Amino acid sequence: MSTRLRSALPYLGIAAIVAYCLAPFYWMLVSSLRRTSDIFDSGPIPSPLSFESYTAAFDDRNGFLRSLLNSFIVAGATTVLVLLFATFAAYALARLTFRFKNAVLALIIATSMFPGISLLIPLLDLFSDIDWINTYQAMIVPNVGYVLPLAVWNLTAFFRQMPGELEEAAQIDGCTPAQAFRKVILPIATPGVFTTAIITFIAAWNEFIIALSVVNREELKTAPVITSQFTGTTQFDSPFGTQMAAGVIVTIPLVILVLLFQRRIVAGLTAGGVK
Amino acid sequence: MARQGLIGRIGIAAVLVLTASACGTDSGSRPTPPQAALDGVGPITLATGKDTSGNLQNQIDGWNSAHPDQRVSLIELPENADAQRQQMVQNAQTRSDTYAVLNLDVIWTAEFAANQWVVQLPEAEFPLDKLLPATVETGTYFNRLYAVPTNSDGGLLYYRKDLLDAAGLTPPKTWAELSAACAKVLPANPGTSCYAGQFEKYEGLTVNFSEAVNSAGGAVVGPDGKPTLDTEAARKGLEFLVNGVKSGEIPGKARTFKEEEGRRAFQAGELVFHRQWPYQYLKAAATDGSSAVAGKFAVAPLPGLTGPGSSTLGGHNLAVSAFAKNKKTALEFIKYLSSEEQQRANLEKSSQAPTWAALYDDPALTARFPYLPTLKQSILGAKRRPAVVKYQEVSTAIQNAVYDAMGGKGDVGGALTGLQARLSELTK
Amino acid sequence: MTAVADPPRSRRRAGTGRLAAALVSPTLVVLGLVVAYPIVSAVRLAFYQRNDGVDPETGLLETGYRFVGIDNFADMVTGATAGRFLNALWNTTTFTVVGVAVEVVLGVLMALVMHHAFRGRALVRASILVPWAVPTAIAGLLWNWVFQADGVANDLLPGPAILWTTDGLQAWFAVIIADTWKTAPFIGLLVLAGLQVIPQEVYEAARLDGASPWRQFSSVTLPLVRPTLLVAVLFRILDTLRMFDLPYTLVGPGKDATDTVTVLAFEEAVRFGRYGPASAYAVFLFLYVAVVAFVFVRLLGADVVGARVGRNR
Repeated sequence: MSTRLRSALPYLGIAAIVAYCLAPFYWMLVSSLRRTSDIFDSGPIPSPLSFESYTAAFDDRNGFLRSLLNSFIVAGATTVLVLLFATFAAYALARLTFRFKNAVLALIIATSMFPGISLLIPLLDLFSDIDWINTYQAMIVPNVGYVLPLAVWNLTAFFRQMPGELEEAAQIDGCTPAQAFRKVILPIATPGVFTTAIITFIAAWNEFIIALSVVNREELKTAPVITSQFTGTTQFDSPFGTQMAAGVIVTIPLVILVLLFQRRIVAGLTAGGVK
Repeated sequence: MARQGLIGRIGIAAVLVLTASACGTDSGSRPTPPQAALDGVGPITLATGKDTSGNLQNQIDGWNSAHPDQRVSLIELPENADAQRQQMVQNAQTRSDTYAVLNLDVIWTAEFAANQWVVQLPEAEFPLDKLLPATVETGTYFNRLYAVPTNSDGGLLYYRKDLLDAAGLTPPKTWAELSAACAKVLPANPGTSCYAGQFEKYEGLTVNFSEAVNSAGGAVVGPDGKPTLDTEAARKGLEFLVNGVKSGEIPGKARTFKEEEGRRAFQAGELVFHRQWPYQYLKAAATDGSSAVAGKFAVAPLPGLTGPGSSTLGGHNLAVSAFAKNKKTALEFIKYLSSEEQQRANLEKSSQAPTWAALYDDPALTARFPYLPTLKQSILGAKRRPAVVKYQEVSTAIQNAVYDAMGGKGDVGGALTGLQARLSELTK
Repeated sequence: MTAVADPPRSRRRAGTGRLAAALVSPTLVVLGLVVAYPIVSAVRLAFYQRNDGVDPETGLLETGYRFVGIDNFADMVTGATAGRFLNALWNTTTFTVVGVAVEVVLGVLMALVMHHAFRGRALVRASILVPWAVPTAIAGLLWNWVFQADGVANDLLPGPAILWTTDGLQAWFAVIIADTWKTAPFIGLLVLAGLQVIPQEVYEAARLDGASPWRQFSSVTLPLVRPTLLVAVLFRILDTLRMFDLPYTLVGPGKDATDTVTVLAFEEAVRFGRYGPASAYAVFLFLYVAVVAFVFVRLLGADVVGARVGRNR
């Protein structure tokens, strides 16, 4: 093997992996930019370029714009609540001494093992009884429950590896435990919290089954639900182009998030949980 | 839970198990039919699958301008029938009042009625004798009317008239003629396959299998509701499908076909014969370049074993959700949509098969829609699918058996024996 | 890797119990409401069946449920649907074993690539994370689109068109391909985090000893990322055992090659309204997942709870 080839090899590998990751997404993008009439073309570049599908996706009758707002509300509220609860719990689990500590953490993690699909029916019944059907909280609260175990786990490990002297120092300065937490621990923990926030937001943004089931009023549906329910022009028609356009739009906020913060995401994981 | 009354309690049967007092000891009380007090006037919704033409919104606008205090808003559900049903079932189980009028597929009537998710309708208030009798029957359950048919559907054989004419052939009346026609036409047309229907593993497969059995002179279930698949006719019907795949007359690709995949193949000129619903007619006849077969095809009744076959009855019926607030308005709105005037307008705009019998013989309409007489023939001769509460399980059992048989797993006899046993159990 | 001790056990202990309880309780309340309560009712439901008698006069269904003991569980292995269940269990297991194995190999490769310092690294990292960001429901639509009989997958592949969504091994592969695409980046991300804490000096030492790149990888990198990798793998195993979306949306329910236990549970509940048997499937799967997790932690020593972190460092 020549030296030149050898030095090119890692780059070939990189190119292959990038292609593998991006090709399906690229295909989604390309399909969304075709005219409906040539949606079945297989050329790598749409010709002619058309924004027909995007116009269709934002057609008033679809309520897509509203659904994006709903997704932001649901994912945003979920993220805030998860961070709040998980930070509290993780701090206690990592830095306070109390009985059943490991048991509590194990229990929290164990709740994530039950198949989510099977929680659906009892939840539907519960929400029907307390009149939560067609409300935001019916989507937010289950989301919070599903992401919490991972968030608590991640943050616990993160808090745990911070030097124990921190609070002592703070206490010597006259801080109460609450103040120590707020003024000393939290600032240091920011990267871990940040990573957890992004993971939570992405999970909540992508949630489908619960949002599909607890809400059937158009103006409350989230973007993935609305996208999957786009209707075609005839009874049996699947509007592929419109769905792909909506898929691109739903994915892009997350891609931007990932692009902007990829370094931070990795840094948060590095410093924290996964070690 | 008591506040919901009887209907609520049944609709949410699953909740009962969560409440210690309501289950375990409950060995099943005997329900009484719902008291059909259809009152409540005000805004309502119509939950339906895709509005196929945009005409539904026109119809609703027409109603809304005449009834400003009882506005109807349209809720379009996913295109996939299973997903539509799932949404409607969920609406009932969560006792949501979001959906008022439900546009039910003909096969769902029994399930929705037996679970009391829809209310009984007063027969006297509808001109049922003006509608095609077979379609009215699909809206009834235990001799009570629960849903009013507004559009029907029957299978048609779409064929490439240009290819058959060139070979000097007429549309086939039997499966043997269909094979013979293909044998003559295909060699000159490489890249074309003989026949396809809806053979993906979903409700469409149940439809196509039932049609094959009917067309061989048999039936999936007899008049007493018991399965009759241990017959020679059932065997011939399934063999038509299985041998078709084996010989290549049915392309392997057709096993991924739902309605739309098949329509695309037919419009691309890949099929000589295609079993399909009427909606394909206008699409395939489009001259905007989207169809390669515009002007080159025609429709005929489905072929059978020894003569013309018989279709499976499709279509949709309108029902009133048991959890709707304004049931009186819902009832009036159903009357409006099922009227002759609205059905005529709908046919003109959307080519959907009406249920109003006289429309099929209207000269002005038949001139515009040359397939109407064929369609009427198809619907009149069409057979119902089993009207049982456990329809979903029956249909799934059929799909399992037929899909495997068409995929070459096991033999036809074994598949039918197993299916007969399974259906006997389900219709006990 | 600083040495860390548990917070000093000191006079603070008195009030901490109450503080800890206050801090942990919001989490426990939410989990109790949306996870524990449904689990309890699902477990309970697994021992009941809905009355399904039809009134001979009105045709209306009987209401209520009856206690059936372990019938729902017995039916899983002996009833009319036993074949489907065992088949689904097999699919669930093979998807997990093969899927996670492929994901680990791809994920580690991705992590090595992302870790590699070169120009444009940020862009490469971001693109590797794109599949992870695509919503699962959208990914299902996307792959369904790619794997159509006349879709782009068949256009790219030589030979006759493969009918990806028909029952058979090809459908199984389609699910594996789509699943690994979506989740390998997650493993990559976690492994990358592990890689970044390996000090550069370790590699330099290895290089001075004349270790080949492969030797460096297998005897330096791998052992050091092992704890991270194990946790990542455990999470993926738990997830894959409960796989639902892809078999359901990409291939469709009822296909022998791709039905998983969750698909069966969903079909029973939502399609047939048979909540008892559906819950039985779910409870079985829960136990299966728990056993796998336990064995995995015991055999391989994945440090999930992180109990050792404080002591071992």
